Amino acid sequence: MIEVAKLSKHFGSKLAVDELSFTVEKGEVLGFLGPNGAGKSTTMRMVTGFLPPSAGDAKICGISITENPFEAKTKIGYLPESAPLYNDMTVIGFLKFCAAIRGLVGPEKNEAVEKAIETCFLESVAHQSIETLSKGYRHRTCLAQSLLHDPEVLILDEPTDGLDPNQKFEIRQLIKRLGETKAILFSTHILEEVEAACTRAVIVDRGKIVADGTPAELIAQAPNGSLTELFRKVTTTDTAA
Amino acid sequence: MSSLTIFKRELKSYFAQPTAYAIIVIFLLLSLGMTFSFGEFMTVGDASLEYSFFYWHPWLYMLLAPAIAMKLWADEQRNGTIELLGTFPVSTWSAIVGKFLAAATVSLVALALTFPIVITVNYLGDPDNGIILAGYIGSFLVCCTFIAITMLVSACTRDQVVCLIVSVFLCTTMVLSGYDPLSRELAKATSPATVEAVVSLGVLNHFTTLSRGLFRLQDFVWFASFIGICLLGTSTILSAKRA
Repeated sequence: MIEVAKLSKHFGSKLAVDELSFTVEKGEVLGFLGPNGAGKSTTMRMVTGFLPPSAGDAKICGISITENPFEAKTKIGYLPESAPLYNDMTVIGFLKFCAAIRGLVGPEKNEAVEKAIETCFLESVAHQSIETLSKGYRHRTCLAQSLLHDPEVLILDEPTDGLDPNQKFEIRQLIKRLGETKAILFSTHILEEVEAACTRAVIVDRGKIVADGTPAELIAQAPNGSLTELFRKVTTTDTAA
Repeated sequence: MSSLTIFKRELKSYFAQPTAYAIIVIFLLLSLGMTFSFGEFMTVGDASLEYSFFYWHPWLYMLLAPAIAMKLWADEQRNGTIELLGTFPVSTWSAIVGKFLAAATVSLVALALTFPIVITVNYLGDPDNGIILAGYIGSFLVCCTFIAITMLVSACTRDQVVCLIVSVFLCTTMVLSGYDPLSRELAKATSPATVEAVVSLGVLNHFTTLSRGLFRLQDFVWFASFIGICLLGTSTILSAKRA
């Protein structure tokens, strides 16, 4: 479903992503781990077609994002890192706009919006202005936007960032449930999330994959059976780099 | 189709916030205020509206058009919503067109609300309404040109204030380069060819012929190509920023 082949990105002389390759199959939830600045967000932005890669390609359901971006983008639901939203709209207005831009019309559009509101528990704020929402609701509104067109591929950049423990739990359950029928790539630096929601995880450091496996396999590789130790071992700290 | 969706969203956004109302009210106050004060509408007794009313429009637009259009891309970049827009299955071009048309519509509403002045001259005198219509078309085209310039600047920055200041400067230059007293000064210092080049780059030359009721193809071509170049430039800048 998601095939990333030798994806690279330079920003000037800085190499942000270095020939990264991985695949995510249908029914798989791939956790994308790594320290800040490892190239997680840049990779996701390239896979979703926002940034053009310097080299390499990503295929979404077999469609190349560089050669046929329009078609490939219709298959993807994307939650950007800071959950950007149009503050001057209401939640329902925003979701209707996103549905319309995805080509949904009439009753189909309303149905998709209602379903997304229900899935992301947004009923109580549906008619509220986005400007007045708390961080948790903002995040879920943006997540709802990514589910509207029932995409085959979901790419979520730190979907649980800034949420309280209850909300984190709900989102993880949601990711797990959606992962049964979709291919999901989500980034996080909360290691417990990997065990809670992922079927597989990769650890990225300075643009390269440094560890890859199911949560159980990764734990087996770890020096004392903890993911945190493995993470510390395979990645470089800010101060060392 | 996606242009239309973006157009609707932008237009709603203008009227969901005080932006559009503030700009429209200020335009109406200033344009009619100028007409009755400096334009000497009542004493001149000219029903064509050319000097009393339309003359002031480019001077107002050079301040107000940037205020309308400054948020179009700057806001999108500041809030990060450009990332959403960039991953939706829409081309940058349809987003540009949708946004441009929304801003143009706000200015059209402002312009349309000056209709009492047309009723007034028709009541008081016997004007050539064709010339008045030409004046309105010219005025709208000037505003669209300034909106296009602002949109180009807006693509370059995430800061609306920077966008406003730079755009006002550029639009002011566009107006001043065709302003007679300045051209006369320029003529003393340089060759007539230079003066002609500067004047033809400015917006006043093309606007004045239209507001006199003269439909010249070259003016329409000038406006269309200027707007087109600014929109293409916007598209280029937005793509270059991501690379």
